[in-house]
Amino acid sequence: MSAQESERAGETILDLEGVTKRFLGLVAVDNVSFEVKRGEVFALIGPNGAGKTTLFNCITGMFPPSEGRVSFDGRDITGYKPHRVAFLGIARTFQNIRVFDYMSALDNVRLGQHSRMHAQIWDAILKTPKARREEAEVTERAHELLRFVGIERYANSFARNLPYGAQRRLEIARALATTPRLLLLDEPAAGFNPQEKVELMKLVEKIRAQDVTVFLIEHDMRVVMGASSRIVVLDHGIKIAEGTPQEVRSDAKVIEAYLGKSA
Amino acid sequence: MIATLRDPKRLRAKLRQWSRDPYMVVYGVLFVAAVIFPPLASFATGTSTLTGLAADAGVWVLLAIGLNVVVGFAGLLDLGYAAFFAIGAYTYALLASAQLRSSPLHQAVHLPFWVLLFLAMFVAASAGAILGAPTLRLRGDYLAIVTLGFGEIVPRVFRNDPGHWTGGINAIGGIDQPTIPVCLDGPWSQGDDFKLQFGAVNCSFSLSDPTAYYVLMVILIIACVILVTNLQISRLGRAWAAVREDEVAAAAMGVNTRNIKLLAFGIGAAFSGFGGAYYGAKLSLVSPDNFDFTVSITVLVMVVLGGMGNIPGVILGALAVYFLEFKFLTDLPRNAAALANQVGLQGLLAPNAATSWPGLEDFVGRLNFLVLGLILVLMMLLRPQGILPSRVRAQELKAEGAADDTVFDARAGQT
Repeated sequence: MSAQESERAGETILDLEGVTKRFLGLVAVDNVSFEVKRGEVFALIGPNGAGKTTLFNCITGMFPPSEGRVSFDGRDITGYKPHRVAFLGIARTFQNIRVFDYMSALDNVRLGQHSRMHAQIWDAILKTPKARREEAEVTERAHELLRFVGIERYANSFARNLPYGAQRRLEIARALATTPRLLLLDEPAAGFNPQEKVELMKLVEKIRAQDVTVFLIEHDMRVVMGASSRIVVLDHGIKIAEGTPQEVRSDAKVIEAYLGKSA
Repeated sequence: MIATLRDPKRLRAKLRQWSRDPYMVVYGVLFVAAVIFPPLASFATGTSTLTGLAADAGVWVLLAIGLNVVVGFAGLLDLGYAAFFAIGAYTYALLASAQLRSSPLHQAVHLPFWVLLFLAMFVAASAGAILGAPTLRLRGDYLAIVTLGFGEIVPRVFRNDPGHWTGGINAIGGIDQPTIPVCLDGPWSQGDDFKLQFGAVNCSFSLSDPTAYYVLMVILIIACVILVTNLQISRLGRAWAAVREDEVAAAAMGVNTRNIKLLAFGIGAAFSGFGGAYYGAKLSLVSPDNFDFTVSITVLVMVVLGGMGNIPGVILGALAVYFLEFKFLTDLPRNAAALANQVGLQGLLAPNAATSWPGLEDFVGRLNFLVLGLILVLMMLLRPQGILPSRVRAQELKAEGAADDTVFDARAGQT
């Protein structure tokens, strides 16, 4: 997979065309279009309530956009159910951590591999050699992924007993377990201290090096500036800027959105 | 498995591992109790009535194991579980009795028990899938109400007897008894019944001697426990746990939540179909009155009281509630009267019209459900997590023996 993916670097992997989401009278996302290129770290920033998470939800099928099109890898996935989107290769994390509290960290990651497993109900009930082999492979891979994000020592703890930072990392490991080609991270560094943020960005770079395109939402401009190659800025549901970190940083509209209009 | 049994060293290691696992110990104790129960009971009482009661309890154990898949594993509150039980029982009753002769079909059907056991399972599972397909998009309380409705409709349909198929209020009687398949039928069998004498224990499927039913039930339960345990630790069991905890996150991780819930519903229903066919055969009578709302609730109580999501807990819960409801409480009035006699309160025994005292035995009988309710309330207050709450991650612990960095979780296993 990785060889093929890196060859195609630079192609469009995710394409949003005029995506709009209305909740009754409220327009949460208004006619937003942009493209995410294969192999990059792409960031979506914006003040609170700008519609960033709503946009993620539209992409991953949590709810369909009111208007517009979402295509992934050349395929129109608008209105697909979340599990189909995940199966096609888009994984996500959540802003408010949603690990499975009463499952072990290991089980959380094993669950992530659910859609890549082939054991049918008879295999499961009768515990056939096929199911056993698959389960062993999945366990092995889950340990690898926990090691990859650096929380292997928590493998057997309940997810809810993990420290906050480890839970964020666990969510990333669980998302990686679905073998995504595009990983959506919804404020992965929220609540982190500067040191932890640096470590997280290292992890993001490591993920990108595995030929997974990363698309992240972030609040903290400084974090995003260092890590991402391109940025889209959303304010009140409207795209107000797009470009490299330098371009976005000096954009008057972005400064206004973050700091307010100067009198 | 067979290799393990053959190699004494590995067998010893396995046994040692099991002896440290509290749930394996529970299974072991239950199994030994199941084996020694019939001879002990017939030795103590001189009849096999208790064995018959235990076989009936087995039906409830099966039902509880099945409902546990729906409620405990997948977290779907099902209040109409008796419907699938009824469907299983009626499948057997219709296809193994003279009932269909008086139906529009005009031809009695007598299929063998062993075929129907699986057919009933299949029919009930299909019914579960058919009910589940449109309703499983509902969550929590809403689903509970829909299943409640279904649980009311199904027995009522059997009672109202549309098209004169089910016999309605007259019930279906004279249902065939199981026979041992011909291939296993050797010189020990006399006539068409399987008769096998183990000392005093007579193993034949007849209503007068329920020992064979008991043996069959123990075998069925063992098979079901193994299969459900496999399911629980499989890919599907994990997906159920995930759906129970956070459906949105599970869907985002690629779990088709609708299908996985449907599967839980179907498998849960399959078990009650299994139990239903057995129940029909054992009782030789299937009446719509046997499947009312109290059946659904009783099974749910067994699951919750035993420890949701934990198979040995659920088995213990089923046995405890069954004992409470069908032995302890039914015997309570008689025992109370006997006690009053012993302590010299004979005056309480006779009814007194002047004070409208109904007599002690009658009075205690009227209090039955109050006592049951009080016991249930007390048990839930004292042990809300159930008799034997579920372990969530024993698999990893067992495999690696790593208990060092784990924190005991007081909330684990609670509902």
